[in-house]
Amino acid sequence: MFRPHSVTIMSASLEQLVTLAAADFAAATEPAQLEDAKARYLGKDGSLTTQLKALGKLPPDERKTAGAAINLAKQAVESALTARRDALQSAKLNAQLAAEALDITLPGRGTERGTIHPVMRTLDRIEQLFRSIGFSVADGPEIETDWHNFTALNTPEKHPARSMHDTFYLLGNDGKPHEDVLLRTHTSPVQIRAMLAHTEKYKDAAAIPELRIICPGRVYRVDSDATHSPMFHQVEGLWVGKNVSFADLKGVVADFLRSFFESDDLKVRFRPSFFPFTEPSAEIDVAFMSGALEGRWLEIAGCGMVHPNVLRCGGFDPEKYTGFAFGMGPDRLTMLRYGINDLRLFFDGDLRFLAQFH
Amino acid sequence: MQFSESWLRSLCNPALSTDELCHLLTMAGLEVEACEPAAPAFNNVVIAQIKTAEKHPDADKLKLCTVDAGEAELLQIVCGAPNAAVGMKIPCARVGATLPGDFNIKKAKVRGIESFGMLCSARELGLSQEHDGILALPDDAPVGKDFREYLDLDDKKITIKLTPNRADCLSLLGIAREVSALTGAPLNAPASKTIPATISDERKIVLDAPDACPRYLGRIVKGVSAVSPAPTWVKQRLERSGIRSISALVDITNYVMLELGQPLHAFDNDELSGAIHVRYPATGEQLLLLNEQTVTPSGDTALIADDAKPLALAGIMGGEHSGISDSTKDLFLECAFFAPDAIAGKARTLGFSSDASHRYERGVDFDLQRSAIERATELILAICGGPSTHCGPVTEAVAPAHLPTRQPVRLRVARADKVLGISLRREKIEAILKGLGLQVANDGEDFLVTPPSFRFDIRIEEDLIEELARIHGYDNIPSPPPTARMAMMPAGETERSPMSVRRLVSERGYHEVVNFSFVEAAWEADLAANANPITLANPIASQMSVMRSSLIGGLVANLQTNLRRQISRVRVFEIGRGFLRHEGADPVPGFKQPLRLAGLAAGSASPEQWATPARPVDFYDVKADVDALLAPQRASYRPVQHPALHPGRSAEVVVNGEVIGVMGELHPQWVQKYELGKAPVVFELDLAAVQAQAFPAFSEISRFPAVTRDLALVVDRATALQRVIDCLTSAAPAICRSISLFDQYQGKGLAESEKSLAFHIVMQDTQRTLEDAEVDAAIGKILDAATRELAAKLRA
Repeated sequence: MFRPHSVTIMSASLEQLVTLAAADFAAATEPAQLEDAKARYLGKDGSLTTQLKALGKLPPDERKTAGAAINLAKQAVESALTARRDALQSAKLNAQLAAEALDITLPGRGTERGTIHPVMRTLDRIEQLFRSIGFSVADGPEIETDWHNFTALNTPEKHPARSMHDTFYLLGNDGKPHEDVLLRTHTSPVQIRAMLAHTEKYKDAAAIPELRIICPGRVYRVDSDATHSPMFHQVEGLWVGKNVSFADLKGVVADFLRSFFESDDLKVRFRPSFFPFTEPSAEIDVAFMSGALEGRWLEIAGCGMVHPNVLRCGGFDPEKYTGFAFGMGPDRLTMLRYGINDLRLFFDGDLRFLAQFH
Repeated sequence: MQFSESWLRSLCNPALSTDELCHLLTMAGLEVEACEPAAPAFNNVVIAQIKTAEKHPDADKLKLCTVDAGEAELLQIVCGAPNAAVGMKIPCARVGATLPGDFNIKKAKVRGIESFGMLCSARELGLSQEHDGILALPDDAPVGKDFREYLDLDDKKITIKLTPNRADCLSLLGIAREVSALTGAPLNAPASKTIPATISDERKIVLDAPDACPRYLGRIVKGVSAVSPAPTWVKQRLERSGIRSISALVDITNYVMLELGQPLHAFDNDELSGAIHVRYPATGEQLLLLNEQTVTPSGDTALIADDAKPLALAGIMGGEHSGISDSTKDLFLECAFFAPDAIAGKARTLGFSSDASHRYERGVDFDLQRSAIERATELILAICGGPSTHCGPVTEAVAPAHLPTRQPVRLRVARADKVLGISLRREKIEAILKGLGLQVANDGEDFLVTPPSFRFDIRIEEDLIEELARIHGYDNIPSPPPTARMAMMPAGETERSPMSVRRLVSERGYHEVVNFSFVEAAWEADLAANANPITLANPIASQMSVMRSSLIGGLVANLQTNLRRQISRVRVFEIGRGFLRHEGADPVPGFKQPLRLAGLAAGSASPEQWATPARPVDFYDVKADVDALLAPQRASYRPVQHPALHPGRSAEVVVNGEVIGVMGELHPQWVQKYELGKAPVVFELDLAAVQAQAFPAFSEISRFPAVTRDLALVVDRATALQRVIDCLTSAAPAICRSISLFDQYQGKGLAESEKSLAFHIVMQDTQRTLEDAEVDAAIGKILDAATRELAAKLRA
């Protein structure tokens, strides 16, 4: 390799040596070259080393001054060396980093997450909201007895809801419709089961503690078109206690609806209606203050004070205890919340639909 | 129930706009479903009379008319209607009028002649589809009068959705009564006139089924003109109330039914013989109804009959032969009270419904019959009558013991306050109840309230409390945040909620579906070998006729659906019930209904990616999912024969010694039959087992070093890993912390029938450092057991 200063090193002054060394180091592009260059100045036969060795030959009075000058020059050369070493190292690291750079826009490796069904999301939110005010979740069978589904709910024998037109019945072993069992037409029979279990549990207590439950689940009706599905979801709520009033019902349901839709200006109205198992009964309508459905009253739930006959069937004395119940359609709540326009999408299993609910 | 607003206002006219009236009704429980104009919007149409009509000089089919529209000068109008004639009164749209469809009437030149308006047909005004010519109006129509005003076209058709308890509002009178109670506006009920008999003709009435019919009134009217058209006002009110005009006599019975709520029936008196009987049918007795349906009524369906034959289904529908026709001269008018229980459900059983049965099964005022038959007589005489028309006396048969009774209901003010959560003053309560037509008496602190004969829904205190809330207004009841005693709601640590399970499954890439609980019978047969599924008596479709015992069928259908939509990588799961026959099942005997978690994975193992080579999902991918769902519980897997699954690639899942479900590849037979292409891997587990969580058990962490030894065993290829692990584990001394497989090898260096399994065996003691000798001894013991029990060899 061509080294322009090598011939003059020995005869150069100290300042020149430092300058030469710095230039020499700068010219080194590899660590090995740098070490070679270092040897030329600081090595065993390096020019600075040689000068240091030659100090002994100097008269003592000059030795000190010359020694100090050489040491200064040596330090300068060493620091130039270190600087160059660092520079080379950092250049090497930079080159390595540049070589290792990834296309960070490539997607990550691994699997995708699935989704929870939008109606289940809704049921989960409903559960959480009611849990936050002390409601627990109750469950019941979907093949239900006629007594729990109708009789205990004050729905007399000849009520139209009991006809084959609305209710799915099962075939008995004799090939005729089973008289005692059916597919539940609402989640209200869970009320009866929960009340009976509760009053049985506290039958020896001086007072029965309050019962606060919600009952989500699948229900069945003989109905199928764009807005009706033969199977759909309901969630039933029930609060029985010593001082539960219609005003409480209004308070709870209005609070729930505003919380569910996360809308403080949601309008909620209760209007008189009729259900065999509640009295007074009400339909609950909501109206949004913005969006596509702005200002329209939408029927969203039915509710009322639990009918005394129903309380009795649940083991409560209606003179001592009162209660309210409500039932709503989480399918419809889900459609309203997410702007879904077709009920059938819920039961179709189309991943293009389901995957939207991450 | 549909009705004309102006008809209602003729009975009770509160100072409210239409919108306010509708709101009032809705908020009182008579939900207004629709409120539609009686006619589309148009203006500037007046009644006019054609004064001259000549042929247009330049057009054969046009006429040049001069018309008196009540203005100072006659209007010249060119008209194309063939029926335009001098003297005719017609609706005339003046220049400046806007007709339906934004059609503006301007001064125009028609074939060179100026025309100042348009003579209108019913269709041009949007009143009907009739387009036979311009609409001819009666001779007494006042020229110049606004046409909308003349026909009351600003009237509205209001439809209310009545709840079944409010039969009293199935009439204009009932709705008016309600409006009056709500607003205080006076009620102008139709005056009840008594029409005296002018002949003595009557028919004897015999109540043989007094439980079904405790009251029956009849009257003969002779010499009526059955062909007379009903007057416009009757037709209009009926049509705006959703009832088609048929003939004057039929219209009158319908009119009275709508006005008062009392169904009436008119028989052709000439078709009757002898007395009228209300009786139950003889076995097999048949009747041809007005709707041309021949029925054989059940033994508990009351009939109206004469001495010779059945005439009508009581309270449901008249018979074809005894009904009135255009040639009817004499009629027998029936006005009865039929008990709701006797009528309820009967029409539906026969497959139809009628206005009469709809009212009777919900409850008709049992004191209304006399005034209703008088009202009908009055209208018949006025509309179908003449000098030779005569009516007989009203004959009434009544069985007082079978008439409904009205018992006083006690209302406690404090109870009302408690139930409603408000405080109502006594005077207010009394005013509300009286306003509704209830009789109110004081009994100490309480009220004793007797409902009127038109209310069938007031039997207990709650019925009265509901009335108080309704009239006071639900809106006026506050909705405060409720108060309750607080208590913790403990949730066990050893059970997770279905929602946490959902989150776990979805984290592993599965999308939740909700499938119908009723499925095709073939799915049950194929995928669950269920030859005797729980079957619906009335399925809506054959492919939804049996209750599923397994969730797998629905998931396979989801796969089909998505494959059809070009989505080949499918991972779905469902949480739902299976339904199985089981005698001792709880809580519904005969039907076990366990909640299940099922999943299906098909297509590539991972989503399409640049980094991982694509491969189809297999048994072990899904097994990992199942293990993850069950963790920290450890499942073991045993070979299983399952109708849905590949016999060599399926397993039952066992946790704590109990089978909690199955998993495996779908059987190739079903893959082919259901056209799935490649076999999906499915699992179905009891949800309760997945919800269960082991309570964490602490064990001391050793401070001493662990020793790991590797052991590679050659065993017969058919030996299941589980068997090997079980063998090693049972032989291992206590210092063995874990035995885990790290390699499986078959191939070169081994016999065709052999495989090698390599294990890491970790040994450690909590109290001391292990000696080499005891480690060697432990490995020796393990190896001995493997050699003895599995004929295993140490791999060279």
